[in-house]
Amino acid sequence: MTLQRRFAMLGLLWVFALPMLSQGGDTPTGGNNSRGMKKRDHQNAVPQGDGERKFAQNCSRCHTPPESFSPHISATIVRHMRIRASLSKQDEEDILHFLNP
Amino acid sequence: MLNGSYNSTNAQRRNLETSILLSGALLIGVLFVAIQTPAQNTPLISGGAGFLTNTNAGNTSYLPTVMPLIAAPLGSHALAEGRATLLEDFFPKGGDQSGYSHVHYVALTYMQLDYLVNSHLTIVAGEFLTPFGSYNERLTPIWISNFEDAPLSFTLGIGTGSSVGGMIRGSAVSTSDYSIDYAAYYSAASSNQNFSSQNSWGGRSSIYIPRNRLELGASFARVNAQQKTNNVGVHAWWEPGDSSFKLRSEFDRGTHSQGYWMEADYRFSRLGGSDTGIGRLEPVFRWQEVFRNSPDPSDGLPSADTREIDAGLDYHLPHEVRINTSYSRQLSSTGNRNIWQTGIVYRFLFPAWRSK
Repeated sequence: MTLQRRFAMLGLLWVFALPMLSQGGDTPTGGNNSRGMKKRDHQNAVPQGDGERKFAQNCSRCHTPPESFSPHISATIVRHMRIRASLSKQDEEDILHFLNP
Repeated sequence: MLNGSYNSTNAQRRNLETSILLSGALLIGVLFVAIQTPAQNTPLISGGAGFLTNTNAGNTSYLPTVMPLIAAPLGSHALAEGRATLLEDFFPKGGDQSGYSHVHYVALTYMQLDYLVNSHLTIVAGEFLTPFGSYNERLTPIWISNFEDAPLSFTLGIGTGSSVGGMIRGSAVSTSDYSIDYAAYYSAASSNQNFSSQNSWGGRSSIYIPRNRLELGASFARVNAQQKTNNVGVHAWWEPGDSSFKLRSEFDRGTHSQGYWMEADYRFSRLGGSDTGIGRLEPVFRWQEVFRNSPDPSDGLPSADTREIDAGLDYHLPHEVRINTSYSRQLSSTGNRNIWQTGIVYRFLFPAWRSK
């Protein structure tokens, strides 16, 4: 692959991104949302309670938080993370309370 | 991803059918149990879908990929979960031929049943990601990893990536000052293409200090393959408080090779927030070296001492979409090469079905 084609490919990716960039402020929310459904500035958030602190310390160590998710799966997410991140039961309960107060 | 193979033969078509049947059986099984679970316990489907390109030494491959995960609580103490990889690899035919050829790849990455015994102990059975080092369990999903490729020393201690057998794991201690977690496993040898593993045992433990946002861990794996090998690894992760900077590092040593990697990323979210044009940018950098002590074609590491520098720029778009771009320069006595990688990845997370 020539250098020009590489840059063309990178350019195409960024052109594809532009329409989405214009929606930067949009947030998928709904009336039935849990706390976790609301868009949060996790990168700059200052942890408050135990649940939020544990969420920031454990979940964000590996990945960015999801922008939103259904409240119907909040307990499933936290149980999955309890096993993957080896959280204690107390940590699980605190994070679940933070996601679904 | 390591326990499958490229092909289009009848035998592997049967494996694909077996994978689909197993996945279907898992889904049907959890449906029976989970259909009456509380609203917050609805099974979920998560994962990543992406279109990746990889230009290695002038040859470009295109890889549309999906890595779905299903997790379903079974009562108040159990969880069934599994992850698969589906990809199509389009690559140049090579030689004097023009055009592209393609192969497909479908494999279960893991499929396990977890039982939460108490606050500190979980028993895992089935095929699970081998708990060695920090990369395999935590950074392999395409929507998490900063780079398309895993580190060069990634395969040390994990063999095929998955183990078939049993594991105990959990949080040994968790206080506001520190927490210690552990995992110990035993794996049987399995040549089944859907559940490929080596006979091995080992474990990992790590301590996390929240005040310093520092994690230190150590791993051990004894692999009883044709050659019996001991593998050790140590890792250190650090995220300075009140910062968007992350530093991850790991050193692994096997019988025939060793290597380390250091990866740093910094998201510009301090510049006006993570939703601004600049705040969505995340430069990423990785430095890695592997050293070959003696020949071992089975450990997955390069055949000669190799060092590689990777530099990239990721961009976090709204709606869980991320663009990854990176350039790598690999230096080795077997030849130097440039690697260009680009990709667009979408992360999905939704209930397996609509619940009331």
